[in-house]
Amino acid sequence: MVTILYFARLRESLGKGSEQITLPADVRDLEGLRALLVSRGGAWEQELAPSKPVRAAVNQAMAVGDMPVADGDEVAFFPPVTGG
Amino acid sequence: MKRQALTAEDAENAEEQRRQESNHDSRLTTHDSRITLMTVRIQTSDFDVSTEITALRRNNPKIGAVASFIGVVRDVNDGGAVAEMTLEHYPGMTEKAIEEIIDQAKGRWQVLDALVIHRVGTLKPTDPIVLVVVTSGHRGDAFAACEFIMDYLKTRAPFWKKEQSGQGARWVEARATDDVAAERWR
Repeated sequence: MVTILYFARLRESLGKGSEQITLPADVRDLEGLRALLVSRGGAWEQELAPSKPVRAAVNQAMAVGDMPVADGDEVAFFPPVTGG
Repeated sequence: MKRQALTAEDAENAEEQRRQESNHDSRLTTHDSRITLMTVRIQTSDFDVSTEITALRRNNPKIGAVASFIGVVRDVNDGGAVAEMTLEHYPGMTEKAIEEIIDQAKGRWQVLDALVIHRVGTLKPTDPIVLVVVTSGHRGDAFAACEFIMDYLKTRAPFWKKEQSGQGARWVEARATDDVAAERWR
């Protein structure tokens, strides 16, 4: 299982703050996971489309497309940060 | 004043002294064989700048300079009125991200100790939102490290602001000028 967290605008648009999924065998990295979520269509396709400025973290560290994702990982998707 | 370079031993002495004489919540971490001191707090409550600086400085005669930055909620953003805002963060990662930023600052400048307090939850215009304090032997290092920590926090620490106004609520968009501010430290 992989835990996926969504924050801020993404959490509201997708209607959930977290979920747990079993990774299909062909999903091995962040890019693959994002594509899997986009394939759900609707808000998922809209919010996570490659053209959208979505940031991601794997196990609480900022990560980009080819970062490996495996069973037990915590993955998060969120908009560019706006603190301070 | 005699100019003195910071060594691991100096930092260790300062830490030992603080452990004996201070009860505040700074933690001791070992990183790259350097002794690093830092405190990161994410909280909904307000902070008292004077209390925090006093605690950070307590009984450390190595400190020659203290630089601080306070971020405050404005009543206007991108031309629109702001009645209040709600701050969301990523518990766990936010603290780690800020600790990493402080570590980087400590690698670039002589920093004795650093404190970052960032508020979350609902805030109104004039409310303080973030406090950064850096102590150092000299002002140049304190100023630079403080500004660096703030610039990196703006672009790397997972916080998100949602503003409420008469027209409703909207998520604040990230600013390109913040990326530029962070880039100049490369």
